[in-house]
Amino acid sequence: MKPSYELLIIGAGPAGMSAACEAARNGVAVCVIDDQPEPGGQIYRNASRATDKQNQVLGKDYQQGKNLVDDFKSYGGEYYANASVWHVDANNQVGVIKAGKNYFISAKNLVIASGAQERAMPIPGWQLPGVMYAGAGQILFKGSGIVPTGELVLAGTGPLLLLLASQYLHAGVKIKAILDTTPKGRIVKSLDKLFSGVQGYKYLIKGASLLRHIKAAKVPYYKHVEGLCAVGVERVEKVSFASATKAGRKVANISLDVDTLLLHQGIIPNTRLARAAQCETTWDAQQSCWIVATNEYGLCRQNTYVVGDAARVMGAVASRIQGRLCGLHVAQSLTKVDSHNWQVWHKDLLKKLRKENAIRPFLDAVYQPADAYLIPQQDDVIVCRCEEVTLSDIQDAVRLGCQGPNQVKSYTRCGMGPCQGTQCSNTLSHIVAKQSNMPMAQVGELRVRSPLSPITLGQIADL
Amino acid sequence: MFKVLDDNHEFDTQISFDGKDHLVPSNITVAAAALLIGVKSIRETPVTGAKRMPLCMMGVCYECLMKIDGVGNQRSCQTLVRQGMVIERQIGATEVEAGYYEA
Amino acid sequence: MVGAATAYGLAKQGQKVLVLDGEDLTLSASKANFGLVWVQGKGWDHAPYAQWCQIATNLWPELSDELKATQVDISYQRRGGFDFCINEQEWQERESMMSALWKNTDGMFEYEMLNHSKLKKMIPEISKSVIGASFSPQDGHVDPLALLQALCKAMQNLGVTYMGNCLVEAITPTHGEYVVKGAKGVFTAGKIVLCAGLANGQLGEQLGMNIPVVAERGQVLITERLKPFLKWPTLNVRQTAQGTVQIGDSHEDVGLNDGTTPEVLKQIAQRAVLMFPLLSSVHLVRAWGGLRILTPDGNPIYQQSTSNPGVFSVTCHSGVTLAAAHAGPLCDWILGDSYLPVIEQFSMDRFDV
Repeated sequence: MKPSYELLIIGAGPAGMSAACEAARNGVAVCVIDDQPEPGGQIYRNASRATDKQNQVLGKDYQQGKNLVDDFKSYGGEYYANASVWHVDANNQVGVIKAGKNYFISAKNLVIASGAQERAMPIPGWQLPGVMYAGAGQILFKGSGIVPTGELVLAGTGPLLLLLASQYLHAGVKIKAILDTTPKGRIVKSLDKLFSGVQGYKYLIKGASLLRHIKAAKVPYYKHVEGLCAVGVERVEKVSFASATKAGRKVANISLDVDTLLLHQGIIPNTRLARAAQCETTWDAQQSCWIVATNEYGLCRQNTYVVGDAARVMGAVASRIQGRLCGLHVAQSLTKVDSHNWQVWHKDLLKKLRKENAIRPFLDAVYQPADAYLIPQQDDVIVCRCEEVTLSDIQDAVRLGCQGPNQVKSYTRCGMGPCQGTQCSNTLSHIVAKQSNMPMAQVGELRVRSPLSPITLGQIADL
Repeated sequence: MFKVLDDNHEFDTQISFDGKDHLVPSNITVAAAALLIGVKSIRETPVTGAKRMPLCMMGVCYECLMKIDGVGNQRSCQTLVRQGMVIERQIGATEVEAGYYEA
Repeated sequence: MVGAATAYGLAKQGQKVLVLDGEDLTLSASKANFGLVWVQGKGWDHAPYAQWCQIATNLWPELSDELKATQVDISYQRRGGFDFCINEQEWQERESMMSALWKNTDGMFEYEMLNHSKLKKMIPEISKSVIGASFSPQDGHVDPLALLQALCKAMQNLGVTYMGNCLVEAITPTHGEYVVKGAKGVFTAGKIVLCAGLANGQLGEQLGMNIPVVAERGQVLITERLKPFLKWPTLNVRQTAQGTVQIGDSHEDVGLNDGTTPEVLKQIAQRAVLMFPLLSSVHLVRAWGGLRILTPDGNPIYQQSTSNPGVFSVTCHSGVTLAAAHAGPLCDWILGDSYLPVIEQFSMDRFDV
């Protein structure tokens, strides 16, 4: 790896690959680093090596990824796989570990395209063996070709949950039940946003067809699920919950035996790298997450961009378009694209991006998690899995006078473990906000500092 | 409880898990191999000894920590299996070699 | 740390105390401590500081016992501590320092210089590069965040009111009392104790006090949890009660910047790996910067305002070690009772020579 680059892109998912291809196409010298062994990010994981069986199960959208991955593999710039970023700062300096060696790179232009992560779903027992995220199920299938056997329950809300269910059914996996935690009345309440989303009609058609597929397979489907708990001693044995019947009555104390429980309540931007680079974030009440403040082509501040799901959740198609916009903008800022072409090309891409994003407000409104699943309801629910800090530990700290999440962290160790808050930070902020009666924007979140990924003392010493 | 979907996927990589030998498909992650083998847990936490299994499979949750080829606290979901790999559950905190003398 | 210890001490003496504290991300040395309860090397060139540290370390076991009632485990341990030497020059300088410190405390300070082979018997993990160390049986360590929490809890248990998110904007003397305007309201008190670290300069100015403080950054590294291997703390490397290894330190003049930098993390890691090669393969999990509160000679300033006699400034960078002194004898001084004469040695007068 060279000590400096004209354009350094972190992340080889849809946004990163698209930005790389577009910039390189316009004569920019590009370097892409990614922590996975192959390009594709999460959504196009393994797309270029997928077997026929995998492609069949994963569907058309996934197959579209193969074209992009193939283009990227011959895009003409540098690409380093299995390279993890442990440091980013406000001066576009990046610390990378690859094959045990520590590299320090200075980027004239930096694009952060590190994608999203699953939103935590802190239900009682979520830390038990046998409980994973739905995204984990997808990754296991895409990356390693394995699927669950035994009693499988999918629980939560969001398009990915339905997509996974449909993919599993295509794969012949038996699903014991789907527990939908979308609160009652959500769709009706969100309808006003639907009309702005008419342009994104493809998503609506797709959603309806996923539901039809699940219904046709006669998978037991519980609606408006409340009080979801994973129950077990050394691993999850049962899942218990209450659900609303068609007549609108609530049936409590439903209990199902389970071997694998896959949870999902949406994805949220993984803002760690952006925040380490001192990019500003704001609390988005609709998406119930922190988003990075950028303009439409991902610019945070001069020479620093955050694109795709890493900035705000927008899906693979929009990520690809924004990636292209970003790559084009970098090229233009390096005067490698003349102003006429810039005007024509970027306007066209912007139009496409806006069309893709039109459905977002509706999806965000429908799939906004219920408060009861954002904030644990029982004292002994684990909030910080790494340090095993519970809801009541955090509430005790707030009662002792903690002003915000960072001080709660000081008192309880919440956020001090290896994951450095990726699983607990938002839950922690929600709890503090509720208990202190402060808005999330004022509460803030846990500070982010290097190292952003595992690095040994020996590797740091060798820089 | 997991299985390989594609019958054409050959189980041609030998690994050892807590001392027992297993044949698993190539190009899968160590975490996936653990699920295939059907282990009850991949680690016990250094805080309370609670048993854990992987959660996110994408490298951000750090639940999948295992001892791989003698080195502790490795994210098994970010590591592909290799012929002859020695995998052990991470029981509590990592050990540091005592009595280390520089050459 | 200073405020919590002092408030606790005042409450123990029956005072009605209100503590006003900053916001979640307000610069705060209290959350950036290393956790040493340390006398070694302190006051080798300033006898009063050497004596004050002796007083503090001897009061520490009592403080630790008192804090047990909060049920917060502060993991206080006092079995001795080491400061390594990696070359002859360090060894010579250290020997002189220890000897001077012994003199400054009239022989109260206990220490031993250990050569490599003696040291190796106690700490087998050291490398050949560690030629020896100074050791004091009076040194120890504590979990600094747990200590802060315990002091906060203990003080509130004694009726202290704690108000966070209440940055102080102005303090105005009014009719023999002091009116404090803070973010959450206006408060009146007969006595004010400024324990705001780097902000003491600006707060003191409002009341005619000159408290010269500058920030000095120190960066700290924390590793993953490890099975216990290091029985004693050393100045730069200690293993915490959780099993993580905490590594410092640096002394940087960077203003009010409490961030971390790869270059300094590298230097700190290099020294740690030089001393303990087995740490080379250990993962770093987090790192932070802390801003020390440095007075012109590095020693505490305990100053009562001459123009506003109810105002006291408590300013230092050793909040952990001195916690036992701040929770005890210092309060006598604040309350105007008979107090230890050594406290007067820390007034601003010493800079007027």
